[in-house]
Amino acid sequence: MANPNAVCNGHLHHHHHQKQNNLLKSGIYKKNGITKGMKKNGVSNGTLYKKTFIEHFEQAPMYVAVLTFLGFGVGTIFGYLRDFMRAWGLEKRHIAAEREQQKDFVPLYQDFENFYTRNLYMRIRDNWNRPICSVPGPQFDLMERVTDDYNWTFRFTGRIIKNVINMGSYNYLGFAETDVNALKTVTIELQKYGTGVCSTRQEMGTLDKHVELEKLVAKFLGVEDAMVFGMGFATNSMNIPALVGKGCLILSDELNHTSLVLGARLSGATIRIFKHNNMQSLEKLLRDAIIYGQPRSHRAWRKIIILVEGIYSMEGSIVRLPEIVSLKKKYKAYLYLDEAHSIGAVGASGRGVVEYFGMNPDDVDVLMGTFTKSFGAAGGYIAGKKDLVDFLRTHSHSAVYATSMCPPVAEQIIRAMKCLMGQDGTTQGLQRVRQLEKNTRYFRRRLHEMGFIIYGNDDSPVVPLLLYMPGKIGAFARRMLEKNIGVVVVGFPATPITESRARFCVSAAHTREMLDTVLNALDELGDFLQLKYSRYSKASHPELYEETRLELED
Amino acid sequence: MDIKNMKNYLYWLFCQFELITCSYLMEPWEKVLFYTFNITMLFMVLYTAYIYVPIHISTAFQFSRILCSKHETTYLVVIWTF
Repeated sequence: MANPNAVCNGHLHHHHHQKQNNLLKSGIYKKNGITKGMKKNGVSNGTLYKKTFIEHFEQAPMYVAVLTFLGFGVGTIFGYLRDFMRAWGLEKRHIAAEREQQKDFVPLYQDFENFYTRNLYMRIRDNWNRPICSVPGPQFDLMERVTDDYNWTFRFTGRIIKNVINMGSYNYLGFAETDVNALKTVTIELQKYGTGVCSTRQEMGTLDKHVELEKLVAKFLGVEDAMVFGMGFATNSMNIPALVGKGCLILSDELNHTSLVLGARLSGATIRIFKHNNMQSLEKLLRDAIIYGQPRSHRAWRKIIILVEGIYSMEGSIVRLPEIVSLKKKYKAYLYLDEAHSIGAVGASGRGVVEYFGMNPDDVDVLMGTFTKSFGAAGGYIAGKKDLVDFLRTHSHSAVYATSMCPPVAEQIIRAMKCLMGQDGTTQGLQRVRQLEKNTRYFRRRLHEMGFIIYGNDDSPVVPLLLYMPGKIGAFARRMLEKNIGVVVVGFPATPITESRARFCVSAAHTREMLDTVLNALDELGDFLQLKYSRYSKASHPELYEETRLELED
Repeated sequence: MDIKNMKNYLYWLFCQFELITCSYLMEPWEKVLFYTFNITMLFMVLYTAYIYVPIHISTAFQFSRILCSKHETTYLVVIWTF
């Protein structure tokens, strides 16, 4: 079997071995030349991680990078050619332009800035913003659209493509459903309260539903109190400015989501960035901050806060929470954990990364999350100590100016959370969490076996599959749609330029047959498009060899 | 049947070329331009090879023959013919 440690990035491999060597020096010693064996499953006490932490960030062979740059080079040359033709009137312009009378004014539309959008993104634009016309469950219906002028405009043919397998929606526990029995309480609340709240939290927008929901969220997470907001993005961007200000230091991960970056910038604090999930880099920044203080006056920082996410949605990696918590305790910093993708999706009973690592929720100062992903609703929450939440109730921008969550959505979250906690009298919630875990493991294992390069932790339901070349992005998404599978592909501005990828989101609502259909399609497409770059894969069809292996072992 | 497999294989190779050089994304007239340019460059390289490679090889052969021989007063005479 391929050794999983072989594919880990350099730091983890080194770190793991370091910890094991320290153990050998301290506790476990040789007796008569025989070393006392360590436990087979997991690691013995003395280390921070109770189960093995395996992450893959395999690098593709060098020729892939060369060919990717070649592809981008050709695209750029043709981009210049098309821009030249547009500038000299040889070709019609589809983008915004000023009026004739204003040509001598200061230019409004700087043509070169959108070079990439105009010349590369437009060519494959039909793979994004596809309108769907059903609930985004494990399968959905798509409206068919065609383009006559190479993706500048679209028109709908009127046909609907039915039952496309959904590998792109953040529907981790499958709560995006239209089953009448499941939505009974939501319908009752809809008829009781209507849909609009028409006010902000501080004026007249706090309903008894919000109070009930906040108590439930606090109980679910195991903290003192929680506050809910109408929009997940706004939860980050409007509350970080309320918590930190000028004179504070924000240490944020390299690959943090835009909402965290926006909130950090709006707050006016100093921002320093550490390498993705790299604890040495974070420790160095913490030490420098404490030793040197603020930039010119060298005074101590008023507050040092570390911004991390539970699961990073573009990489599929899980944060190293035990190490961060030990660092934060040592250097007396605060921790803000954004569990947008990990709440409901990891952990033995779906309570997020804090439960996944077996830690105490009191260790994290600010627990933030969204209800969009695992609960099939909309909105976000911030949870923690009662003092913190009371402060946010008065000082958060979202509480003062943004509309609060509407009651049917709050009821959907309440019913989903009660299902997860088992309070509705069934074990359905736990079954969903187990099903998601099984699906994730199966999907990732099969993709590794086939030879694709997959990033991320073995337990995260976000699976990025690397495509690398720009030509393959469009080809991959179009061919998967022809096979009735909807995928999300991501390219340059959201990812580094050479690492474009297709991102799959496994759901508890996917059955084994759906996953097998997707995997077979991926196998075929991987052979046709030559996407199997991994150097560590096992045999491509292991089941063919199963029987012979059994015979030889006897 | 080998012709059919050969044709499929060539078509598949052509698809790989299209994907790698992003000509899959181009409009038809851009493809014509790109392929014309590529085929012209390829043709020029092959033509240059056809003209000059025999001469280079024979010159290199003469040179190595003169080096290996034991006459010390031989001058290096390289014959260029057109």
